[in-house]
Amino acid sequence: MSSSVASLLPVLAAAEGGLNWQGFLFLLFAVLACSLAVAVVVADNVVRMSFYLVLSLGSTAGLFFLAGAEFVGAMQLMIYVGGTLVLLVFGVMLTAQEPFVAIKTPVRDKLLAGLVGGALLAVLLQAAVSGPAWSGSTAEGGNAVASSSGQPSATPLGMALLGVRVDGDVASGEQSPADGQVRSGYLLPFEIVSVHLLVVLVGAAYLARSKRRKSSGGQGGGASTGGMR
Amino acid sequence: MNLLFDPVGVSHYLVVGAILFTTGLVCMVVKRNALGVLMGIELVLNGANVNFVAFGSPVLRGEQASILGLDGQLIALFVILLAAAEAAVALAITLNFYNNYSTVDVDRADDLKG
Repeated sequence: MSSSVASLLPVLAAAEGGLNWQGFLFLLFAVLACSLAVAVVVADNVVRMSFYLVLSLGSTAGLFFLAGAEFVGAMQLMIYVGGTLVLLVFGVMLTAQEPFVAIKTPVRDKLLAGLVGGALLAVLLQAAVSGPAWSGSTAEGGNAVASSSGQPSATPLGMALLGVRVDGDVASGEQSPADGQVRSGYLLPFEIVSVHLLVVLVGAAYLARSKRRKSSGGQGGGASTGGMR
Repeated sequence: MNLLFDPVGVSHYLVVGAILFTTGLVCMVVKRNALGVLMGIELVLNGANVNFVAFGSPVLRGEQASILGLDGQLIALFVILLAAAEAAVALAITLNFYNNYSTVDVDRADDLKG
């Protein structure tokens, strides 16, 4: 059975015969992510759109796991699927009055957007397939996951966020900066993002809070102008 | 089309990222619901993230070193965090717009139209 599947889709064929599980899982997650993203565009109902988006982002997390970026995949599941999309679903719930659940777009606009999107997709696909620098692929697909499984990516990521790079230099291939040259980590961007996140969440809570109509003073006026900004 | 005959490499991920990016862009353009526009933004950011992770992946290029190294995964992490912040602010603005105008149709937000 597996050999017939492998002959049907050659990306699945492993070197030693039998099913290539990396290719199979990649194909599964890629088809899921792309088709559900198309479903987000096609669907009119905003509740279904959010549901399709949850599944599409989850499949993208599977792609991250397959690429050896398991910490990024876990963060995708926790922050995106668990946080951002819950926020979006709450927004859908709060605004899902009857006329806004499915707002129709004119067919002329859809055709125009499809035309522009198709042209952009053609350009991007041409660039993705024909790039000479990244066309070098794995020698054997099955071995790649096994060789990477012994080295989790969370430790170098955490050290880089603390300002210490333990991974090798990409350009020269050396494992440690032996010449005393210290490569900067990501401590400053990490701090900036932390403060940014705090400010943004406080600002979002300030923007989204319900206005008090009872006190008709300067406080209400200030809140409304703050909301309109 | 030799993409179907190669084992999974960076190009495959780039194709997926391109499709996600394009669908997100079309979603941003087509949808009239403000939350639909937000979902399009999320799709676009995810397409970019797929590309970053593919370029920084330690397994996709086999014996060769990856192009971005650890930087790709770190940029993807920062993109995820900033997308969360952006979604929170955009949702707050949408809710405020809904409170003031009692609609989420972005075509109705034309107060500044000349």
